[in-house]
Amino acid sequence: MIHLAGIERTFLVGDETVHALSSVDFTVRQGEYVAIMGPSGSGKSTLLNIIGLLDRPDKGIYTLENLDTTELTDDQQASVRRNKIGFVFQFFHLVPRLTAAENVELPMILADVDPASRKPRVQAALDSLGLSDRAKHRPDQLSGGQRQRVAIARATIMQPDVILADEPTGNLDRTSGIDVIRILEDLNHAGMTLIMVTHDPDLSQRAARRVQLQDGNISTDTGGL
Amino acid sequence: MKTGDVIQFSTRALSGYPTRTFLMILAMAIGVASVILLTALGEGARRYVTNEFTSLGTYLLIVLPGRSETTGGPPPLLGETPRDLTLEDALSLTRHSAIRRVAPITVGSAPVSWKHRDREVTVLGSTEALFEIRHLSMSQGRFIPAGDPTRGLAVCVIGYKLKKELFGNQSPLGQWVRIGERRFRIIGVLSKKGQSLGLDMGDVVVVPVASAQTLFNTSALFRILVQANGRDAVPRAKETILTTIRERHEGEDDVTVITQDALLSTFDRILVTMTLSVAGIAAISLSVAGILIMNVMLIAVSQRTSEVGLLKAIGTPGSQILRLFLAESAILSLIGAFFGVILAYLGTWGLSRLFPKFPFAVPIWALGAAVFVALVTGLVFGVLPARRAAKLDPVQALSRR
Repeated sequence: MIHLAGIERTFLVGDETVHALSSVDFTVRQGEYVAIMGPSGSGKSTLLNIIGLLDRPDKGIYTLENLDTTELTDDQQASVRRNKIGFVFQFFHLVPRLTAAENVELPMILADVDPASRKPRVQAALDSLGLSDRAKHRPDQLSGGQRQRVAIARATIMQPDVILADEPTGNLDRTSGIDVIRILEDLNHAGMTLIMVTHDPDLSQRAARRVQLQDGNISTDTGGL
Repeated sequence: MKTGDVIQFSTRALSGYPTRTFLMILAMAIGVASVILLTALGEGARRYVTNEFTSLGTYLLIVLPGRSETTGGPPPLLGETPRDLTLEDALSLTRHSAIRRVAPITVGSAPVSWKHRDREVTVLGSTEALFEIRHLSMSQGRFIPAGDPTRGLAVCVIGYKLKKELFGNQSPLGQWVRIGERRFRIIGVLSKKGQSLGLDMGDVVVVPVASAQTLFNTSALFRILVQANGRDAVPRAKETILTTIRERHEGEDDVTVITQDALLSTFDRILVTMTLSVAGIAAISLSVAGILIMNVMLIAVSQRTSEVGLLKAIGTPGSQILRLFLAESAILSLIGAFFGVILAYLGTWGLSRLFPKFPFAVPIWALGAAVFVALVTGLVFGVLPARRAAKLDPVQALSRR
């Protein structure tokens, strides 16, 4: 479903051109569990951002479910992000003034979901992640693990095909990190494609497929075609 | 995104930062209030002048001796002295259909004395028609009786102030006072009506016109007040006056006729212009509020960079983010305008308490215009911050904590 061909991304740092990605070919099938690893600056976050349509490649073609995303306008890309992609970030990125329930509701508001059907869906999502009694709490009243679970509820509320997780446990202690990973793996078992960037070798060992990036190139790929 | 959701989201964003929201609403409210207040002052001034003219009489024409306009033609050989207006001139005007009432007026100044008190006052010589034309009212007795204006009865009507000075709390009716060299019987007292265009009607004594002419030993009138038969009749009455007087004065156009409407519309134009320019000055304070909104919204955008990044990541197009921030500015402006209107009404209420005689009034158009300008200001100055938010690069926006 995800197909990258000859993807290049360069950044201008001062007067030096840095190749964050140089001619990357990468394919992910529906329902896969992929861990992307590599030292910092190897381009793993850039790769994730391009897959998530937050960043545009300078060269190459990226097709998502047979749709050439490089041709899409800003509005169309936003629509793809809204409906097909869920993001989980290292720093959670919850809106601080909104309650947990309102944070989870946000994607549905943007997608014009009927207000009457939103509340039960939010409640169901929070219930399934064990956050039923935290719905009215604001992010600063929640622990790190709870915040990340709210973020996961928000990322999955629109039933996306892909979950992109950028160091989802990077800001969590060991126990709640494992909790979060289990939740993500459960979603993967239910059929969602999971792509996770991590530098933790223990976590990457859990993934079915491990991709190693080095200086903007894929150096090893345990499940490549 | 549904409109209701946009409004709710923006309102939550505003209530999330109460201090800056309060400051922006305050600035907007002060701007709106000053526009409305200053307009109310201007409008009050306009009404004040209009009222003054109305108390002067309705459909009024004033005939003055002499010509105030210059016309062409050779200079007169012997020098031209305008003919006096006489009582006969005034009486000749009463016979026309366009004219309802005519009040000839002679003015002089003479000492009025009763027992050992005396006082120098303005003596108005006129007829019973003055009562209706100047909208006078009596507090005691009656006005000069109708009858042959050429007969000088020895009766007079005094203003309330004169009555107080001469008689204190005693009733003056039936008393004889000395005005100049003659004695008059008081038949009435004017009620307190205040001033109308410079002449204090409280400190006068009104006598029949013929008596005043004898008193001051003159046959000339100071002016003639003419009340036309309705608004439409005013131009016709003016024409009639000019032709009648011309016939009586051997073909000379030696009077000037001023219509009240002409005076009024001149003042009206001046005062409307003044109101608008004062409102314009006040609008500057509105634009200051606009600039404040722009600054604070710019700060808001940089404070909420990661929120904007997140909104983009979960699928908000740039155009929608633009709308969200514009909605915030618009809501701020409207709330500010709302409080501004309340503030303005409190202000006019306070002012009208302080100056009860001055008719402060908030014109409806000013209310609408102030709120509209506030909204436009908010949107115009909101565009720059909103565009900055819409253009944020999501990757960079999210990389900050």
